[in-house]
Amino acid sequence: MNPVFLKESGKTVLMMGNEAIARGAIEAGVDFTASYPGSPSSEIQETLAQAAKVFGHHAEWSVNEKVAFEACCGASFAGMRSLTSMKQNGLNVVSDVLNTVNLSGTKGGIVLVVADDPGGHSSTNEMDSRLHAKLAELPLLEPSTPAEAKEMIKYAFELSERVKLPVLVRSVTRVSHARGDVKLGEIQTRSRKPAMGFLDRFIGHPLVHPILHLRFNQAKAEFEKSPFNAYLGPENAETVIVASGPSAAYAIEAVHNLGLDDQAGVLKIGTGWPLPEQLVIKHLARAKQVLVFEEVDPFLEDNLKVVMAGAVFQGIAVPKIFGKRGGQIKGPRGAGIGEMSPDIVYDSLAGILGARRPERSEKFLAAGKQAAEWKLPGREWAFCAGCPHRASFWVIKTALKEDDREGVLIGDIGCYSMGVSKTGYNLSRTLQCMGSGIGFANGLGNLAGFHQPVIAIAGDSTFFHSCLPGLVNAKYNGAKMVFIVLDNSGTAMTGFQPHPGTGKNALGQQVEPVSIEKVCAGIGLTVQAVDPFEFEQALKILEDALETDQLRVLVFRHKCALIEGRERKEDQPRVIIDQEICLGDACGCNRFCSRVFACPALIWDNIKQKAAIDEVVCTRCGVCLKICPKGAIKLEQPLKKKAAKK
Amino acid sequence: MTPDLINLIVCGVGGQGNILASQIVAGAGIKKGLRVAIGETYGASQRGGSVMSHIRFSTAFPVGPLIPKGEADLIVGFEPLETLRVLLEYGNDTTKVVFNPRPNYPISVLSGDSKYPDLELIFTQIKNLAAVSVVVEATELAKQAGNHLAQNLVMVGALAASNWLDFSLELFHQAISELFSDPEKRDLNLRAFNAGIKGFQQAANK
Repeated sequence: MNPVFLKESGKTVLMMGNEAIARGAIEAGVDFTASYPGSPSSEIQETLAQAAKVFGHHAEWSVNEKVAFEACCGASFAGMRSLTSMKQNGLNVVSDVLNTVNLSGTKGGIVLVVADDPGGHSSTNEMDSRLHAKLAELPLLEPSTPAEAKEMIKYAFELSERVKLPVLVRSVTRVSHARGDVKLGEIQTRSRKPAMGFLDRFIGHPLVHPILHLRFNQAKAEFEKSPFNAYLGPENAETVIVASGPSAAYAIEAVHNLGLDDQAGVLKIGTGWPLPEQLVIKHLARAKQVLVFEEVDPFLEDNLKVVMAGAVFQGIAVPKIFGKRGGQIKGPRGAGIGEMSPDIVYDSLAGILGARRPERSEKFLAAGKQAAEWKLPGREWAFCAGCPHRASFWVIKTALKEDDREGVLIGDIGCYSMGVSKTGYNLSRTLQCMGSGIGFANGLGNLAGFHQPVIAIAGDSTFFHSCLPGLVNAKYNGAKMVFIVLDNSGTAMTGFQPHPGTGKNALGQQVEPVSIEKVCAGIGLTVQAVDPFEFEQALKILEDALETDQLRVLVFRHKCALIEGRERKEDQPRVIIDQEICLGDACGCNRFCSRVFACPALIWDNIKQKAAIDEVVCTRCGVCLKICPKGAIKLEQPLKKKAAKK
Repeated sequence: MTPDLINLIVCGVGGQGNILASQIVAGAGIKKGLRVAIGETYGASQRGGSVMSHIRFSTAFPVGPLIPKGEADLIVGFEPLETLRVLLEYGNDTTKVVFNPRPNYPISVLSGDSKYPDLELIFTQIKNLAAVSVVVEATELAKQAGNHLAQNLVMVGALAASNWLDFSLELFHQAISELFSDPEKRDLNLRAFNAGIKGFQQAANK
């Protein structure tokens, strides 16, 4: 059993940051949870969905982040505790309602967890969500470890109920996807009864803006005494390092390893917004120099500077503050760009304080030079072996080529985002945010004098998330495009979460699926579905659709190879290359299978100089049988397999 | 580097089971009463990209989830190119390495846009840089244990057999058993783990 669900307290277990966040909500007796998946946040709701069977709270995958947060607000209005989680892009989707519900206030504790992705490990941006807290004047907490994240979530519910505002918790990849030892706490029994009394009204209006300020200041007063802010180091240190999130741990370690324990102290800030001004002034007033470490934007740094500028009125001198604004603290790609790392902290400390890091040995320096000469190949992202998107992109590539009018492919967010890169034959011209593809296509498809055909794509989950308004708009305003839904039966990129089209809910229960075809038909659109593994058929349908020069919807439907792989039976025939038939480089196909089609399971046998299959990678999907010009790729005969088994 | 800290990196290619391996090793450490911090990168990187788990065991203060460059004590590599890449960046003169020699070719190599360095040269360079390096044919051993995908457990077994971490086999067994409630999966993973123990002992005796 997952230790996250253990009812007893006291035990220390290994937990992912996202699991710790979910456990925090469970310990706080959460009643209602709703989210839309997105790395690095997805495991929070996944865990809460599994936990729902044990603890009885509501858990759902909503169609998008805004609906999820609004559903949580609904629960809060009725006095229940609710939590939603999302990635940074999701907070933008929520921001409309965030900037009215701050004014109306809330009732039951409501926590919004946003997991930022500094460096964009799995995102199209590295937006710093903390600015949303400032924009909406809402309290924000920043955990630095999984263990602290759990405690912060519990506190966030209490704070939310005291100040009657949603509380934001900003995690980052190095908290959400970190793992660490976490001590299980007691679980509050859920006993709240939902009700909306006569006076429970939640009206957003500038008239109530002064109330928001009162509540905001109440949070600020609490933060002055918060245990999530801590100072570690000598009381009279002339150098004070201020850090938030995982940077705090990097700073503590670097100070120790550089032997600076006697000179420098670390002020860890867990209450990111509003800042505890008196605490900040207390520690910075005596410092000669201050270094600020944080993820992405100089948010903490700017706010510290504002506080210290105010402190001048108390006759306090402002110390030198080193950070990203002045460019003293920066990663390899510049200040305020990319993820913070222990190395950036080390190097900045060493540079500013004159300490030294141990040098690499001669042996390693020489090996580094050698490796640079070898040009160690990087690992570009690629569609998995057997991925239906490879087939879909192949069909689109072929159709656009045969159509010969320089048609453009407008991309969207999902695994098929990789269509901008080599694995998708560099076909996609745009990569922005959820649902943006069909939006862009609305412009291109209605542009006088633009004669290039437009194909927009979106995945099945993205379709429900934010494509519907764009699709209705295209119908209403007559935008010409072929809109292809790449339906692989789940939210694949983030870990196969279900969505309305899958016929399953977050708890794994069967529900009536919302049919993509019926939704489109309801809008009055012509829809055709086809399996992209049926190359010829899919190609014909796409070419016909392009020829109409009208709005057409196609569904390319084939299950994700990873799901199919899990369901695959042991006796499914292996895919083999008949090396008697493969002509190698003499064929003239330019190693079509491995170089052009480029499935990672299609490799090159350097000894025989012929194509080969990497059995460890191959999913036995068989799509490559159709692409070899000589027909050298085959399924192993069942007879042979039986013989081999004996 | 603080002496009360062990820095271990498990590296490979997306889909090879890095996360599971790091969970098992870390789980064993927690059972030993150590503080653990793991940093790993996934999300899109599971689609064939380089993946790396930083696993840090400490006795004194909690540390962050990332290992500074040049400070890895141990490296468990699921793939030779990735092992070399990580060793170059995070290794030092005392770093010990155990790795699976089976290559996984990047898509740029398959498409002919870049070249995978000669395997023998990679092996030689790893041997030259590491204080100790041991080769374990993990994919082959996993195949014999029942599923080639269990090479990650074979490598965990190899790490356990090395005793570089000074964790008893029993701690690993417990960590594995807790992760797999399905007896069939548990048995497969334990078989692979045991194959790794033997594989390491044979390789080390060569």
